Amino acid sequence: MIRILARDLRLAVRAGGGFGLSLAFFLIVVVLVPFAIGPETARLSPIAPGVLWIGALLACLLSLDRVFALDREDGALDLLATAPVPLEGVALAKAAAHWLTTGLPLSLAAPFLAVLLGLPWPGHPWLCVSLLVGTPALSLIGTFGAGLTVGLKRGGLLLSLLVLPLYVPTLIFGADVARRGAEGLDLGAPLSLLGAVTAGCVALLPFATAAALRVNLR
Amino acid sequence: MPDLGKYAAEVGAAYAVSAVLLLGIVALTLWQGARVKRALRAAEGRKDA
Amino acid sequence: MSIWTYANPAKFMATTARAVPILSLLAGACLLGGLAWGFFFTPDDYRQGATVKIIYLHVPSALMAINAWLMMLVASLIWLVRRHHVSALAAKAAAPVGVTMTLIALVTGAVWGSPMWGTYWAWDPRLTSFLILFLFYIGYMALWSAIEDPDTAADLTSVLCLVGSVFAILSRYAVNFWNQGLHQGASLSLDKEENVADVFYYPLLVCIAGFVLLFVALVLARTRTEIRARRLHALQLRERMA
Repeated sequence: MIRILARDLRLAVRAGGGFGLSLAFFLIVVVLVPFAIGPETARLSPIAPGVLWIGALLACLLSLDRVFALDREDGALDLLATAPVPLEGVALAKAAAHWLTTGLPLSLAAPFLAVLLGLPWPGHPWLCVSLLVGTPALSLIGTFGAGLTVGLKRGGLLLSLLVLPLYVPTLIFGADVARRGAEGLDLGAPLSLLGAVTAGCVALLPFATAAALRVNLR
Repeated sequence: MPDLGKYAAEVGAAYAVSAVLLLGIVALTLWQGARVKRALRAAEGRKDA
Repeated sequence: MSIWTYANPAKFMATTARAVPILSLLAGACLLGGLAWGFFFTPDDYRQGATVKIIYLHVPSALMAINAWLMMLVASLIWLVRRHHVSALAAKAAAPVGVTMTLIALVTGAVWGSPMWGTYWAWDPRLTSFLILFLFYIGYMALWSAIEDPDTAADLTSVLCLVGSVFAILSRYAVNFWNQGLHQGASLSLDKEENVADVFYYPLLVCIAGFVLLFVALVLARTRTEIRARRLHALQLRERMA
């Protein structure tokens, strides 16, 4: 499992694709928002947490179809399926690699982009925390969607259609943590619920992903 | 015809939209059923011939 | 005689060939009777006026929208555990009917909301969860139509249905947490206190029976079509081989 993780990370960094790309996409989304909404800080700062969450979510989505597709093309996925590691472990390692290459950098970059949108001060660390807790769930759900659509030729659009509704609970709790953080309110309840969603995803979704992969590799 | 008062438009619209949707799914079901049935009969005919 | 004998497609076809016309007739009678009763012979509500008549469409369709998904969940589980093809096809057949029900519930609710709440749409928990349910249906149907091999499609959509059910329930509670609602409580419950008044209650029950029967008849008819389509597909493959 550790080897699969390390291999995926190496591939992501060396190919230069996924790593920088989703960060750049995130930056562009955040830059485009003021053009659409208007430059006044009074208007931007209340919507900043939500915009940053939506941006992170879409940036996460962008790199999902590569999670299994490349391995499927060169036959590595069949080898992984016959490897001594259970397929559930492979699914978990893939999700972890996806998170380390997209979710983690996104979470760390978000507070700096929040400055562009005029997020009021105590919001920055909480935005970072909410993304750190929430994005693993996004990666796991996305890996499940990628497992479902790996056999399809044009799976990209279908993948987003399947995955986005599943993102709803994470988005609601995550954006709520960020919003309450920015307004200086008590955020214990949404933060623990967000953590619960992520923990549930870690525990259950690798099994669903592995089931989907087994069907697709039949 | 009962007097619907000032809400005639709303009630009428709700019933009309629902009728269209319900008839739509029924018509779709019947049409698909008939089409597949016809194609299947043709295929069975070819098999026997 | 157990329910599993209907997992045999031939037996299923023979039984449903007789059942579908009867069910359709009953559904039509209940729907027309219930709607006519509600539309012509019930008084207007003292607060809602004539818009109360929309309840005969809104409540049954909303009920069936959720129950259709439940039925798909059960059918998917049966397919995953016992590998009965009829079950998988029934789940596939139910999805478009469920989408229609969801759409009716959303539209009639919006039409009712405009004079009563002063808005077509509010981000109320119940409304929002129905919109999310609608998205789930669309994703489920899109996955069915995207995969060519029928058994693979049945497997993958069943897994999606299972995961989707968990997330649908999760979304329901998340949405509740996110925004307090305008929507009134349950129209029907065992706790009689909060029910709708009797005048509206009995025609509503007839309408619900009509929607349930219509759903069953439609799903059976569509499952028959799916079974025929599967057989047609097999015959065409054999022709191509020969």
